[in-house]
Amino acid sequence: MRHILAVLVENNPGVLTRVAGLFSRRGYNIDSLTVGRTENSRISRMTIVVSGDDQVLEQVTKQLHKLVDVIKINDITSDQYVDRELVLIKVGADPSVRAEIMQIVDIFRARIVDIGRKTLMIECTGDEGKINAVIESLMPFGIKELVRTGKVAMLRGHKFTSINDNREDD
Amino acid sequence: MKMTAAEALVKCLKEQGVDVVFGYPGGNILPVYDAMCESSDIRHVLVRHEQGAVHAADGYARVTGRVGVCMATSGPGATNLVTGIANAYMDSIPMVVITGQVPTTMVGTDAFQEVDITGITIPITKHNYLVKDPRKVPLIVKQAFHIASTGRPGPVLIDLPKNVLQAEISFEETGDLKLLGYKPTYRGHKSQVNMASELIMQARRPLIYCGGGIHASNASDTLIRFAETLSAPVTCTLMGLGAIPGGHDLSLGMLGLHGAKYANLAVTECDVLIALGVRFDDRVAVDFSSFAPNAKVIHVDIDPAEIGKNVRVDIPIVGDVKMVMEAMLEKLEEKSCDEWLAQVAEWKKTYPLHYKAGAGLKPQAVIEAVRELTDGDAVIVTDVGQHQMWAAQYYKTKKPRTFISSGGLGTMGYGLPAAVGAKVGAPDREVVLITGDGSFQMCMQEFGTAVEQGLPVKVIILNNHSLGMVRQLQEFYCNRRYMAVNFQKNPDFVKFAGVYDALGLRISDAGQLHSVLEQALGHDGPVIVDCIIEKDENVYPMVLAGQPLSQPIEG
Repeated sequence: MRHILAVLVENNPGVLTRVAGLFSRRGYNIDSLTVGRTENSRISRMTIVVSGDDQVLEQVTKQLHKLVDVIKINDITSDQYVDRELVLIKVGADPSVRAEIMQIVDIFRARIVDIGRKTLMIECTGDEGKINAVIESLMPFGIKELVRTGKVAMLRGHKFTSINDNREDD
Repeated sequence: MKMTAAEALVKCLKEQGVDVVFGYPGGNILPVYDAMCESSDIRHVLVRHEQGAVHAADGYARVTGRVGVCMATSGPGATNLVTGIANAYMDSIPMVVITGQVPTTMVGTDAFQEVDITGITIPITKHNYLVKDPRKVPLIVKQAFHIASTGRPGPVLIDLPKNVLQAEISFEETGDLKLLGYKPTYRGHKSQVNMASELIMQARRPLIYCGGGIHASNASDTLIRFAETLSAPVTCTLMGLGAIPGGHDLSLGMLGLHGAKYANLAVTECDVLIALGVRFDDRVAVDFSSFAPNAKVIHVDIDPAEIGKNVRVDIPIVGDVKMVMEAMLEKLEEKSCDEWLAQVAEWKKTYPLHYKAGAGLKPQAVIEAVRELTDGDAVIVTDVGQHQMWAAQYYKTKKPRTFISSGGLGTMGYGLPAAVGAKVGAPDREVVLITGDGSFQMCMQEFGTAVEQGLPVKVIILNNHSLGMVRQLQEFYCNRRYMAVNFQKNPDFVKFAGVYDALGLRISDAGQLHSVLEQALGHDGPVIVDCIIEKDENVYPMVLAGQPLSQPIEG
């Protein structure tokens, strides 16, 4: 089963190496890992998607906790959450097919962010399923280049992952 | 107060109570040595190879319970520490490792003697630092000692570029440790402790299985009280030896691959297994799925990641093993398990540790003689191999922190430098190194350190002119096709002692054993005793791969 871990880490040099190294060293598989600063510049947040049974997840979590730079880990998989990926796709687009591509872009509520003589660059955000669907729809036109971010995720409602507490006082 | 970061480092070490550093100088660590030159409070033990420094710091830490400190320069100095850092990490030994680094302006340029030691040591340190801001030196040293010595102890490395060391800073007290992500759990969860206590009171065949965690939390006295309250026999891992005196009525000695058969039988038959500061290592459990098959398992450890890692656990308790035992003792009442103890006693009688006396010198007899002559009170340091197992089986260590051995990593060459460190840490105690001719030759240059520092370490080489443990493996697993296990040329170890102006002695037959050992132990200086033992002696009992723990080969 795939799990989404929200991990708060101290924004120290090398913290990504420590986390990524731990996964490869102990034989855990990362599906995706994204990282960026939070509202507090000392703290970064990683969203790690990892596959494994409950026992593997328990070990992953415990081993991550042993890293001094790791402040907090939340497995948000079983809660309600919003997750998003972003993708940039450069697709072959002769004038004859542009209209068709623009229609697809509309349907997915994606955006065209650049136009070349024979290409269009499309930006799309959404959950993994939507991103996959967009890519598949554009495939017939010839994808020249593609880059996607991996997942970021956040719990819905009043629950949150912060360094102080999991829940809001209300 | 204005000073260089190197001076600040030395000042911080003193504040941490460091009185000895094991090290080897070089170009990029030069500013630290320069700063130490001004200070007579810290003894510097100059080793012969950086590996000696790190093992010595490890031995020092094991004997004293304090943080061991070692130091080396950048590049090869740092890489030579790697084995010893891994060794300390596997055995959870508190240590701070200080390395020099090329100046920050040169980092990443493949400069002379540059190596990414923080990158290399991520998997084998509890934490490490590459210091780029000289002002952070005091805080980082404080954090390093805190991390190394609290929770599950382990090595912490601080890598210091030369220009950082030379920079002038204004030294300020650091106050808060500022470690958001590091908060070890010491107190066991109350309801877990209660559940465990209830289970223990119901147990009819309880067994305590304890390891290095007992030493780390200085819990030996509590353990003995705990075991006596429950009338529960105690078996130790290699790392746990000395947690309970080897001669105690409840002691079953070591369990596992080369453990006593009665200890392994007790594991197999017990109905409640109380695992204290252990990690169900594969040398102990041998086969995870069949370990303690009839028991409910209570596992107490300060590292949550060890619980449930190898073996299923019924009641996990995360916490300091001493505090958890104390909390349980409040709930527990004295109980007796007469039937169980009688059964265990019968096993002890039926399957004692034994060896066949022969014409030649028996290694087990050497250990027994050392035990007799030192009354089980010496600090025993071992290397890795057959001699290590014989020492573990036959010395019957009396006290905690007196059986010093490389458990997890199994580092040949560990023994001599660890004995040097142990003697520095415990100058008033007899320190005896039990080693083999293979292991000894891996770090024998450190004999020079022992002589130079005036450390009367007693080195007992169980010399079979071969790599006995590997030979034993080839005997059982490779149809006696012996390959690369015989030394055609060993040095004359008696003469080797002589070239350092130390005493060298030899025992080639059993008749000389006591008198020569007496002479060695009575000598006021480092000694090497070269014991020529029977070549084909094996370590028994031995649990073969795939066999149950309770059915070892007994020899």
